[in-house]
Order: sequence, then structure tokens, then C-alpha cells
Amino acid sequence: MMKRDDMLKAFARQRKDEIVVAVYMAAQELTHISPSELNYTFIGAMGQGSSHALGLALGRPDKKVVVFDGDGSLLMNLGSLVTIGNQAPKNYIHCLCENGCYETNGSVPTPNSGNIKFAEFAKTAGYKKTYEIAELAEWEKQLPEILKQEGPVFVTLKVEPGETYPENFPRLYSNEYREKFRQTLAKS
Amino acid sequence: MADYPLSAAAIKSEFKRAGIHFVVALPDRVTSHHLLKGLIADPEYKVVQVCKEDEGVSICSGLYAAGHKSVLMMQYTGFLDSINSIRGIAVEGKFPVCIVVGLLGKEPDVEPAKSKKYGVKIIEPICDVMGIEHCLIERDSDAPKIYSAIEKSFANSSPSAILIGREPR
Repeated sequence: MMKRDDMLKAFARQRKDEIVVAVYMAAQELTHISPSELNYTFIGAMGQGSSHALGLALGRPDKKVVVFDGDGSLLMNLGSLVTIGNQAPKNYIHCLCENGCYETNGSVPTPNSGNIKFAEFAKTAGYKKTYEIAELAEWEKQLPEILKQEGPVFVTLKVEPGETYPENFPRLYSNEYREKFRQTLAKS
Repeated sequence: MADYPLSAAAIKSEFKRAGIHFVVALPDRVTSHHLLKGLIADPEYKVVQVCKEDEGVSICSGLYAAGHKSVLMMQYTGFLDSINSIRGIAVEGKFPVCIVVGLLGKEPDVEPAKSKKYGVKIIEPICDVMGIEHCLIERDSDAPKIYSAIEKSFANSSPSAILIGREPR
């Protein structure tokens, strides 16, 4: 099991110019750990991160799109795995932060927590390559290959909360940052 | 066919005029046979088929953030099922999501709000309470409203509902 912020810090050290979509706690932490105009956190409704990321990946096939999804979120939008597998964007990397609970909503366990093989769902849905990673050292080792893989790629990351970061909801949802994202992406 | 009031070609031509390339869709009984199948077969359009309509709200938003215009096609049942995503992403998040909604079961030339079909009757009032602009397409002469709705959505960064009142052929 990895601390989620350690996992994000390891990602930040290897990040280049990828678009990064993140939801809930991962989004809050990402804005502190890997600040960038190409952070996309304007999700608007639970479960929708993977679908926003698909729109971005289809719209900008020249850019890698990495999404840090949650297990509670993905359970709300499992069909998106099939939609993504069917579209098969080569630039799509789907990282699932599996913490086994609805952390933002009181850490109540997700249904059948710990027994669901999300990577198996992704494989069946048509993702080209899947990983399941529980240790930080393994994540750091595999990440260069994951970022180079032809997508769609799915990575289950077994995580638990690490340090607490200040919540910044205006950064996550504001239209001003959304427009900055659009302008930055248009130029990159 | 010459006397039939609404053609799929008229709708397609408005999509083209508005600069639409991406069509995100879940089959709707009103539009699937003549319009959606035609779009799938047309290489000018990239159709993204979704498993559930709320995915489409987000895909269209991601496409917009990446610099593209798109439309989202669904049946009115899917519109009702997607209300929270439409609320959170398109209305409060101010993403220009243009939703083409088939009013399955609406009686010809009856205003949607006067339909005997409950699900159809409530669509316009829901749009009104959510502040979503809407227009009704029943005849080829209505088709230019599609272009206007799409243009307005993208100019104002706000959603719109293009209600298809009868099967286009």
C-alpha cells in the first residue's frame, strides 16, 4: 500500500507535458504536488473523470492524458471502461487510486471493497495493457514504461491517505482556471 | 418522402454548418435509424458511442477543453437520467454541451408541454428551471435553429437542448 501523496510526488518527478485529470482527494493533492496549467480538475459530477479525460484524449491525440480516478468514482461510471476500450485512444493512461472507500464522504467502504479486480474489468473492456501496483518502489520503477506505453493503459494503484493538504475548491472548479487550461493547451 | 416534414439531411447539414465533427451518442429511437446511422457511416463525423448518457456530457466537455465543438445525442429518458451531470458540468461548470434530445412518443405537432406522455411533458419545464436554452425541431424549416443553438452555446459557454419532436427521415 502506498501513501497517495507519495505516489503523486513520484509521478510529479517524472511528469513532462502530460495533461493530468484528477478527481476528489487526488485532485486536491495534485494541485499542491504537481501544479500546472495542464491540470484538469473541472469534473463537476462524481464518476465523470474518466469521461472528461476521454474527450481530452480524443481532442488532442498528440498529448498524453493521465487520469487519476478513484474506485468509488469509477464504480459510478464503469461503462466508461467499455467506451474508452472501444475508442482505444493511444494517448490515454487511466490510473485508479484504489483506497477501498468513499474517502471524501466519511471513508465509508465501497461495495465489496478489496475483492474487485478493476484491472480485469479494464482488460475485458479493451484496454491494451493493465498493471496492478501496491508498492511505491514498483510504481517508480514501472512509471517510465507506463508513460511510454501505447494506450489505453489501466493502472490500479493501491493507496491510502498520506499527509493532509489544504483544500482549494476554487482551484478545482473555477471557470477561470478552466479557461487558463484551454488557453495553455491550445498553445502547447 | 417528399412530403415528410423533417429530414435527417436537414439536421446533418446544420451540424456541418456549425462546425461539428464529433458526435457523442447513445441510440435514441427517434433519431437512431436515419440520423445516427447516417452519421456513423459518414467519414466527416467521428461518432463516439457511449454506454450511458452522462458519460457524454463529460466527453463533450473534454472535447471543448481540447478546442473542439461537439453535440451529444440521446433520448429524453437519457436526459432525465443525466440531470446531475448536466447540472454540475454543463450548467454550473459552464461547459457548452449541446444536447440533441429525441422526444420519443411526442404526438406530432403537439407542443411538448402539452404531450400526454409524462416524460416528454416535463422536459421543457426542467430545462427552464435549470436555465438551459431549448428549441423544438419538428420540420425542416425549424432546422436552422440547430445552428443558432450551437453557436449560442459556444459563444456563451452554456448548455442547450435541441429537442427533436418527430423522427427525422
